[in-house]
Amino acid sequence: MTTTSPAAATAPPSPDRDRGRAAVRAPHLTGPVLVLLGMAAVWGVFQLLNPHFLTARNLSNLVLQIGVLGTLSIGMVIVLVLGEIDLSVGAIAGVSAGVVALTIRDGHLPGLAAIGLALLIGCLIGLVHGTVITAFGIPSFIVTLAGLLVWQGVQLLVVGAGGEIAIRDPLVKAIASTYLPPAWGWALAGVGILAAAAVVGGNRRRRRRYGLAGASVRSGVTTLAVVAVVALGGAALLNSYFGVPWMLVILVVLLAAGTVLMRQTTFGQHVYAIGGNREAARRAGIGVRRTTIVVFVIVSALAALAGVLEASRQFSASSALGGGTLQLNAIAAAVIGGTSLFGGRGRIYQALLGALVVGSVQNGLDLLGQPAAIKNISTGVILVIAVVVDAIGRRRRLDRGAFD
Amino acid sequence: MTRTALQDGSGATTRPVLQMRGIGKRYGHVVALDGVDLDVNAGEVVALVGDNGAGKSTLVKAIAGTHRIDEGTVLVDGQPAELGSPAAATRLGIETVYQDLALCDNLDVVANLYLGREVRRSRTPFLNREEMERDAAAVIADLAAHLPRLDAPVAALSGGQRQAVAVSRAALWGSRIVLLDEPTAALGVAQTAMVYRLVRSLRERGLGVVVISHNMADVFAVADRICVLRLGRNAGTFLTSETTPDQVVAAITGSAEVGPRKDS
Ligand SMILES: Nc1ncnc2c1ncn2[C@@H]1O[C@H](COP(=O)(O)OP(=O)(O)OP(=O)(O)O)[C@@H](O)[C@H]1O
Ligand SMILES: [Mg+2]
Repeated sequence: MTTTSPAAATAPPSPDRDRGRAAVRAPHLTGPVLVLLGMAAVWGVFQLLNPHFLTARNLSNLVLQIGVLGTLSIGMVIVLVLGEIDLSVGAIAGVSAGVVALTIRDGHLPGLAAIGLALLIGCLIGLVHGTVITAFGIPSFIVTLAGLLVWQGVQLLVVGAGGEIAIRDPLVKAIASTYLPPAWGWALAGVGILAAAAVVGGNRRRRRRYGLAGASVRSGVTTLAVVAVVALGGAALLNSYFGVPWMLVILVVLLAAGTVLMRQTTFGQHVYAIGGNREAARRAGIGVRRTTIVVFVIVSALAALAGVLEASRQFSASSALGGGTLQLNAIAAAVIGGTSLFGGRGRIYQALLGALVVGSVQNGLDLLGQPAAIKNISTGVILVIAVVVDAIGRRRRLDRGAFD
Repeated sequence: MTRTALQDGSGATTRPVLQMRGIGKRYGHVVALDGVDLDVNAGEVVALVGDNGAGKSTLVKAIAGTHRIDEGTVLVDGQPAELGSPAAATRLGIETVYQDLALCDNLDVVANLYLGREVRRSRTPFLNREEMERDAAAVIADLAAHLPRLDAPVAALSGGQRQAVAVSRAALWGSRIVLLDEPTAALGVAQTAMVYRLVRSLRERGLGVVVISHNMADVFAVADRICVLRLGRNAGTFLTSETTPDQVVAAITGSAEVGPRKDS
């Protein structure tokens, strides 16, 4: 080294210091930043090809389109963090939609009761999956693959020979087609920002009370800034069309609840621990079986809710609902968002990021009038790119001694 | 810490925390342990040595509650104890550092120290991360375990640092006995020294420590007493200060019955 800065010349050399400097010199692109960059690229390309892509109308549409996928992906992130997988969520969504439509038409149930029943059935299906997996030690891959076949069959039985049941219940129809008045949209954005500020501030206060070094101001400010930009920008954009859709409110509530569950509760901590080292979790006295069963109940309940949302979008429950690529897209979205297929690593917000990427590709190709074939190929290619980028990133993080 | 009991030359007390008598354990037709006695005093490091298959791990697993014994009696702090499950052993203040460490690589140091015993905010299901971090930092500082960051996932730590995390966990929860199964088998010289420094600080805290090792130099560096197992039976107990490695090796291999033998 020929040119040495005064600070570096006087400071005693230490490995920690060098590591810190290296990290500063080569700012690394963390997972979510990479996904966002990827999404910006996708959006840029579609906007160039079709100027209708980045309009309030189309983006509002996109939000409605990813509600179902995002709901499924939240469950998928949780089950993947546990180190398991669920191949049956699409079929469960189909059963759930069928149950809602059938009980309203033939059972004359009010919409809310029908939805409650569908969610309950979702929970029971998850209970069955989780119990079979833990009681007999069968891999979740096999159990939920069998579940996929069984529940698709049940869906066909529920929907019946007609292949479709129309839904006339006003509440069920309203879910996917109602928008908040603009003032409410702004208020919601404000509530979101205040909640984020309360969390960031509360963390700092608690750390001080326990005499711990404060969390970095920068990360707190960054979090708040991101929340504020997304909330205000989203409200402005959506309000310039019909307003904030109920669907988005539901998705945001699910994301927030999922994040609290996974990051702030002992249950979530145990899910990460089991996904990281199952045997260590067992020896540490964590109820591995109980936690696994609860996770499958949550995933199936979310799948049932997704079925309700999709039925609301279509005003009907068909035998095709939840079929096709939805199941695989739910897994793809979680993985594209940055959740590991190998357990122990993943965040709830990644379900949203992944669903946005997958949804944007599908929406953009729809606008360009491309067939399903092209949509599937594109989603598959993006999935591979995401996994490759993640693999490279993980190797670099391990080299650097950081890991997340 | 109060050292009420008599001290012998090695620095350990003679207040027994663990007394095992006539322990027997069979795996089918294999007799893994046959009438084994083991005593551990508070503030004492006992090395458990013996050839491969001598029954060391079996004995440690019996204390840790992962394997039930077929016969014999166990007293913990003078009281008869049933070590039927890991949870039962944990309740008695017995902690085990397994050979594979049993750490969750994806979780940070604090989370690993509190694995399965997370502190909640009063009467809620919510984690009290701050209290856990504060107490974890205190234990680690107390042990002088050198860990770069408590919020780093343990996957980012070296072998010795990971070992330090596992030992710190035992120190955090163990109130009577800490068992370590070959804690330095995969470590370099400096990291081995750090682990044995941690073991000595466990002794300073008045815990009874049992260490399995195949390395005579390490055994003599850290242990107060050496308990030799051979083919599932006691083959002598030695005070480190009055013994040479050759005598211990002779007991391990069964080649000669020499030296100042002390029956427990
Ligand atoms: N799970 C088991 N099933 C059957 N036999 C076993 C089992 N575990 C241990 N044994 C037998 O019990 C005896 C004692 O084994 P143990 O693992 O306690 O030996 P060790 O002293 O720890 O040996 P090492 O130094 O190789 O770790 C051996 O003969 C072994 O083959
Ligand atoms: Mg062994």
